[in-house]
Amino acid sequence: MDTNGNKYTFIYASAMVILVAAILAITALKLKPAQQKNIDIEKKQNILASVGIASTFADAESIYAERILQSYIVDFSGEKIEGLAFDIDLKSERAKPEADRRLPVYECKTEEGTKYILPVYGAGLWGPIWGYVSVNDDMNTLYGANFAHASETPGLGAEINTKAFQEPFKGKKIFDETGKLVSIIVAKSSETAPAEHKVDGISGGTITSKGLQTMLLNDFTSYKAFFTKKKQ
Amino acid sequence: MSEALFSRKNISLLSGPIGSNNPITVQVLGICSALAVTAQLKPAFVMALSVTVVVAFGNVIISLLRNTIPNRIRIIVQLVVIAALVIIVDQFLKAFVYDVSKQLSVFVGLIITNCILMGRLEAFALANKPWPSFLDGIGNGAGYGLILIIIAFFRELLGSGTLWGFRVIPESWYIANGGFYSNNGMMILPPMALITVGVIIWIQRSRNSKLQEK
Repeated sequence: MDTNGNKYTFIYASAMVILVAAILAITALKLKPAQQKNIDIEKKQNILASVGIASTFADAESIYAERILQSYIVDFSGEKIEGLAFDIDLKSERAKPEADRRLPVYECKTEEGTKYILPVYGAGLWGPIWGYVSVNDDMNTLYGANFAHASETPGLGAEINTKAFQEPFKGKKIFDETGKLVSIIVAKSSETAPAEHKVDGISGGTITSKGLQTMLLNDFTSYKAFFTKKKQ
Repeated sequence: MSEALFSRKNISLLSGPIGSNNPITVQVLGICSALAVTAQLKPAFVMALSVTVVVAFGNVIISLLRNTIPNRIRIIVQLVVIAALVIIVDQFLKAFVYDVSKQLSVFVGLIITNCILMGRLEAFALANKPWPSFLDGIGNGAGYGLILIIIAFFRELLGSGTLWGFRVIPESWYIANGGFYSNNGMMILPPMALITVGVIIWIQRSRNSKLQEK
């Protein structure tokens, strides 16, 4: 058989591509549940990290089950609505009009009382950034924060996932004395902002820092009704 | 079969790449990943295992197909086989060793561009039977892996004071705890991996006169 003819080459290439595609599709489908489980565990680790609880891949699930008392979804007006908070895809929620968004809340038991953990999602310089922010039960003071990113520049924007950047968020206030929502200013050194709302940005990572600031402002605004309701 | 499974020739296919024909230190292939994933032993080991699996099975598949592959698209066929195997390995890592897969991140995908793979498929598997091809793949994977593990051993020990994540250098030795010792932060960075490779090449060449250029 002429293995160098055009017809043979075409048929060979087509058959090979279809076969390989089928094998890859089957593998991906079969392994999907195991992969999803790993992604869920990582998400639980991140949620726990926002209240300063360190967990390993092995014990994250049991710590999560013990610490997270309940999780629920609220809407824009702060009312609880039906659904599983853990399964909410933040990216698709952000694409909806603000009033239609479903907003997950996790309540966590710590030595210092109940903390409310809110997921946040926004845009960095190169891609999405996201994280979890925990709030004290005064619904104003931050208890901790954990941020992650898809593709920020290592050493610059990517520093948002380091402890050094996240630690200063602790104790910062979302609202000012008059009750106005100020959120957190991720500031350059030249910027002035009230100390209780200001954290230091990252040198060389200004766009990521500002993206993070916008993300927090947007998401705190969405949760504003929930904060007000809980405070009463 | 006209030849014994482990004839002298076949054994040399296995042992050659580990020693005098090592893909990294002699052929200087696959250096990129050797620098990138060797800051710790565990990812280095998983990377070595992944490359070995891909090159061994890639060799076998290409060797089985060698008489049917149209000559004009043979490189594309090799690439498809390698890419498919790499994706399968990547999916398995994500499913079963998620933390390692996160550490290796893009480097698993970049196995596709590892010169060792295309080199072995093109130079060996296209002209040889499946069994010798398989041995050649295992040998080259092992040769690559051996160097990775040697580099990772020194980088993790000197850079982090641990091996496979376990503490080897006692905490009390560190300056922070009132001791005299401090990790060498340079070892964590890729340039020190290059220097370590250089030292391995130096040692190997000084012991094996066949490798010395006149």
